[in-house]
Amino acid sequence: MTDAGINFHFDVDGEDFSSAGAASVEVKKNLRQLGFPPDVIRKVAIAMYEGEINMVIHANGGTADVFVLPDEITMVLRDQGPGIADVSLAMQEGFSTARDNIRSLGFGAGMGLPNMKKYTDAMEIETELGKGTKIVMRVKI
Amino acid sequence: MMPMKLNVLAERLALTHICGELDKDASGVYTGDLLSWVMSHVEAGDVWITIMSNINVTAVASLTEAACVILAECVQPDEETIQAAKEKNVTIFSDPRSAYQLCCCLGAILSDG
Repeated sequence: MTDAGINFHFDVDGEDFSSAGAASVEVKKNLRQLGFPPDVIRKVAIAMYEGEINMVIHANGGTADVFVLPDEITMVLRDQGPGIADVSLAMQEGFSTARDNIRSLGFGAGMGLPNMKKYTDAMEIETELGKGTKIVMRVKI
Repeated sequence: MMPMKLNVLAERLALTHICGELDKDASGVYTGDLLSWVMSHVEAGDVWITIMSNINVTAVASLTEAACVILAECVQPDEETIQAAKEKNVTIFSDPRSAYQLCCCLGAILSDG
């Protein structure tokens, strides 16, 4: 890998639960091919998957950009959803606003954002009600 | 816990094989149905027992590198899930036993080797 790194871009389809996770699976595959350690790949894959699922459940989709450098992987998730009303509440394990039909699929445990924080070394959330949310997550190698 | 090949494990438990490779090692067991919870707790190589059978199960199993999924209590995956599992190389079994009963059986055979 060059010092300039490798970037990946994904459009996350908000209508399609069946393809949710596709970007995470692709990122995982690419990181494995690039030779990153399994624990790093696991952290990125889990954080990315939770972000993807959140965009599908709450924001009608969005975009995911992954910037891969030899010493750090950065994931940037952007959506134009409703925004997060109370970030500190949303960060609490078990808190979820997912609807019943979503819960019946096994989502809505209220673990999405907590997992994203847990599996990354840094996470920043910028959100505005009615405008959308941008989440930046970094994993150090 | 001694690792065990899925083909051996499947034979000893008489599991119904739905799809996926059998030449993989199982080294632990996890059970749960809330996908985000499972995502953060299942370990690579775990046998994951669940009653969830929708397509998202395949993404979670693949990302966590679970050895396989056992659908408890006769739960059957739909064709879309089977197709996704094949694409992601996720091994799925089905079995009539409950998650608890499967955990007991798996605990016994994985401990004994």
